[in-house]
Amino acid sequence: MSILSVEKLTKQFGGLTAVSDINLSIQKNELVGLIGPNGAGKTTFFNLLTGVYKPTKGKISLNVGKEPISLIDKRTDQIASLGIARTFQNIRLFKQLTVMDNVLIGMHQKNNVGTIRSILRVPSFFKMEDKLKKEALELLAIFNLEDSADVLAENLSYGQQRRLEIVRALATEPSLLFLDEPAAGMNPQESVELTKLIRKIQQEFDLTVILIEHDMSVVMNVCERIYVLEYGRLLAEGTPEAIRSNPDVLRAYLGEEE
Amino acid sequence: MSKRMKSILVWVVIALIGFAIIQVAILTGWITRYYEMTLMLILINIMLAVGLNLIVGISGQLSLGHAGFMALGAYTTGIITRMMPNLGGFALGILGGVFLSGIVAYVVGIPTLRLKGDYLAIATLGVGEIIRIAILNLDITNGARGLSGIPKLATWYYAYIVVVLIILVAANYVNSSPGRATISIREDEIAAESLGINIQKYKMIAFLIGTMTASVAGSFHATYYQLIVPSQFDFVRSIDILIMVVLGGMGSLTGSIFAAVFLGLLNHFLADYGSLRVILYAIALILVMLFKPSGLFGRREIKASKLFNWKKKGVSQS
Repeated sequence: MSILSVEKLTKQFGGLTAVSDINLSIQKNELVGLIGPNGAGKTTFFNLLTGVYKPTKGKISLNVGKEPISLIDKRTDQIASLGIARTFQNIRLFKQLTVMDNVLIGMHQKNNVGTIRSILRVPSFFKMEDKLKKEALELLAIFNLEDSADVLAENLSYGQQRRLEIVRALATEPSLLFLDEPAAGMNPQESVELTKLIRKIQQEFDLTVILIEHDMSVVMNVCERIYVLEYGRLLAEGTPEAIRSNPDVLRAYLGEEE
Repeated sequence: MSKRMKSILVWVVIALIGFAIIQVAILTGWITRYYEMTLMLILINIMLAVGLNLIVGISGQLSLGHAGFMALGAYTTGIITRMMPNLGGFALGILGGVFLSGIVAYVVGIPTLRLKGDYLAIATLGVGEIIRIAILNLDITNGARGLSGIPKLATWYYAYIVVVLIILVAANYVNSSPGRATISIREDEIAAESLGINIQKYKMIAFLIGTMTASVAGSFHATYYQLIVPSQFDFVRSIDILIMVVLGGMGSLTGSIFAAVFLGLLNHFLADYGSLRVILYAIALILVMLFKPSGLFGRREIKASKLFNWKKKGVSQS
């Protein structure tokens, strides 16, 4: 069953076509990679799927409930509430807040007792706060961040910040997780750990994961299927082995032979 | 006893002690009638500053129209209490003002809260001025002559109770899940949206709570000073309130309260120096901004739970 299907998705910025006529379909519980040279339109594509940009044309439909829902004309927060979570290429944590607060904010949408009840401090408010804090700690523990719960997010190391961003995304209880260059800036060992972690959360949280990545070892190790973008177009699609030997992909990455 | 109960108890005790100190000071003649006006001004300013801090410091939306919403409360209460000069009228006036400013804030908030930064500041400035000019030109508000002969119904202890209630509402809001969602908008709108937080909704909630408390402050202003004219609620008054918020620290309720008290006292004791007062006031502000640009408290709060930690560890965490 396809959980996300995209048809003829196009985004133009003035005269520039950043994403052009992309068709793709993601199956439930798949781990899909999205690669391509710089400026290929990968992040723009994520931004279209998450409602940050409005597509010029095309269709996006999400199939998590009984019937498919069109994501066109939905606000970013509505799309997130439907079960799409993401991380950002240039980490966007709430830097001035604690690690715990970052996670609690992720949990807010699905666990809101309401503003008036919160102000009146009804018993259900306290019950919910305790429950959320406990769950947040459990979630942080999976990523070895539970000891840093009271630390400000900006004081975490780079690798920890990347992981916290994933925790925060998971806190929204998503069915689809978009990771935008999760291994960027990590050393080889951290990348290997991240690879394991992505696999682990994909199984543990029953997730469908789409990831943009430049680190080929991560992509080739973790992804079951890979889409390659170049100049906003879909260049190739297939298993890691097929992509590795695809002449078009080699040309895009390495240049043409003279 | 649970930590939660302890915190509540500490705050109740602090509120009662504050009340007792003021009461004793009045009974022993420490606070004279003249001083009482300063006390009242401080209490009203606390209501205004805490409310504006929710909008500016917590949701991160710069509003320059706070005095306009104060005027809505003041005039609603003024008109009602002139017809019903008793406590019932006062209560009705407060509720009417809150209701009216809630509606105005909602209607105005839908388009303006979509704006960001400077644009929102200009738009809210415009709203404040529109309210003032509307009051200036309506018959029921008696135009530029204002409303006089409003019965004196507000007393410092009513104001004190309301201040405590407003602080309670604001603090409870900030320290809750909706409050955290609002803070996340201040920190990073795009990230907040990507977590499913409806940013328009939470900007609006903070704006509504803030403007409603401004209206309550207006109600007290009207029924204490007994005379209200539109020029009391101009742009300069909005800036006055903003100064308290910035001075105390945007995002710190403790800071707003402290700044309102500090500036109130400063104004009071500088009153003897005539026009020198304005210069000294300005110098005090410049010094704070030079040495503590994030305001006296930054984003820190005094919390009862931290007081316990402080006793235990000897250090309070920021």
